[in-house]
Amino acid sequence: MNGIHDMGGMQGAGPIAPEHDEPVFHEQWEKNVFAMQIAASGQGLYSGAEFRHAIERMNWIHYLESSYYEHWLTAIETLLSEKGIISREELEAKVKQVKEHHEAIANFLPSNGSDQLASRLEKMVRQGGSTRRETGTAPRFKPGDKVVVRNIHPGGHTRLPRYIRGKRGAIEKVHGSFNLPDTNAHGRGKNPESVYTVRFDAREVWGEQAAVRDSIYLDLWESYLEPAS
Amino acid sequence: MSTEHGHHPAPLSDVEARTRALESILLEKGLLTPDAVDKVIATYERDIGPLNGARVVARAWVDAAYKKRLLTDATPAIAELGFGGRQGEHMVVVENTPTIHNVIVCTLCSCYPWPVLGLPPVWYKSPPYRSRVVIEPRKVLQEFSLELDEAIEIRVWDSSAEIRYMVLPERPAGTEGMTEEELVTLVTRDSMIGVAQAKAPAARV
Repeated sequence: MNGIHDMGGMQGAGPIAPEHDEPVFHEQWEKNVFAMQIAASGQGLYSGAEFRHAIERMNWIHYLESSYYEHWLTAIETLLSEKGIISREELEAKVKQVKEHHEAIANFLPSNGSDQLASRLEKMVRQGGSTRRETGTAPRFKPGDKVVVRNIHPGGHTRLPRYIRGKRGAIEKVHGSFNLPDTNAHGRGKNPESVYTVRFDAREVWGEQAAVRDSIYLDLWESYLEPAS
Repeated sequence: MSTEHGHHPAPLSDVEARTRALESILLEKGLLTPDAVDKVIATYERDIGPLNGARVVARAWVDAAYKKRLLTDATPAIAELGFGGRQGEHMVVVENTPTIHNVIVCTLCSCYPWPVLGLPPVWYKSPPYRSRVVIEPRKVLQEFSLELDEAIEIRVWDSSAEIRYMVLPERPAGTEGMTEEELVTLVTRDSMIGVAQAKAPAARV
């Protein structure tokens, strides 16, 4: 979708503001949100594509005014309630309860140091989880092939940034087949397709204001591309 | 309206309250455990961070055969040093040279190579960097105090799929006599994102 998250090439966002000696997390709640996302995705409650799309569906103003981990929290709430794992009512009731009683995170049992979920998640983090799927279908393009990015504007999830649509580039590398986020985020199948690194001249994308030698590389699914005539 | 009680801690922000509420529900439903929370947080606060990437870079600087494996097929080369996993399943390492400078970004969200760099800094996830580095990389790099000659080719890598990128910075001059362990200390997170060079060695007495 042409959402606020798709910000490559937008102007006026202001200076970059690096923080000296930045901590991994700034607030305790950010740590808890991070852990919830690892636990929920690690237990397969939703896919990475669904998670990204839930962030993209945020209200624009809320997206811009909130921090990264608030995006995550919002997406987890959205997905777990849409999937019926929690209900909005129980969540709002719990929020009210927490606010009124300044309740501790939960009256959970003390840690026994060896629970199964903790070890499962640890293993998952260390091993990772690829969305690469072999299809047996030969890739349509090979390195050096000239391609043009399709000028499409899907209303759902896509990993095709707006700034590169309609632009001409060349295949740099073929990476094998990966689940297509455009359908996978919507429960319409994994539909693995070849993914390619495509090189674009910066001038093809931004015109003469770009330096003549500069370039931009994107990783694009096969159905985003057409052969350049 | 309730009155303020001096012994109470500061009121919870909305996002803190929502986090606690959601966490309570997940704990009640058995979808989360205190150990899992602690373990996940400790892993990314303690074990996984840019020191991993620095070890990869230093190895590549001292071992030409390793560097070749790293640039050819980065995922197994990085795994040789014991690093890999979530958000690093498909790694590509791009090499800075005297004529080519690489910089990584994720314009659509904040994709980042966690196993080698840890979790991304706030600026990497924020609109100014995500929007600007693709259209005006030189200006953005200047804001990191990195001035590149006009003759240098800048390659911006927008991590738009499941491949994660790391920059192999140039080995600084004057480091010929340094050991691999010493070289590790020169490799900063920012140099592996491509918004800085590796640190120059401190003057030695």
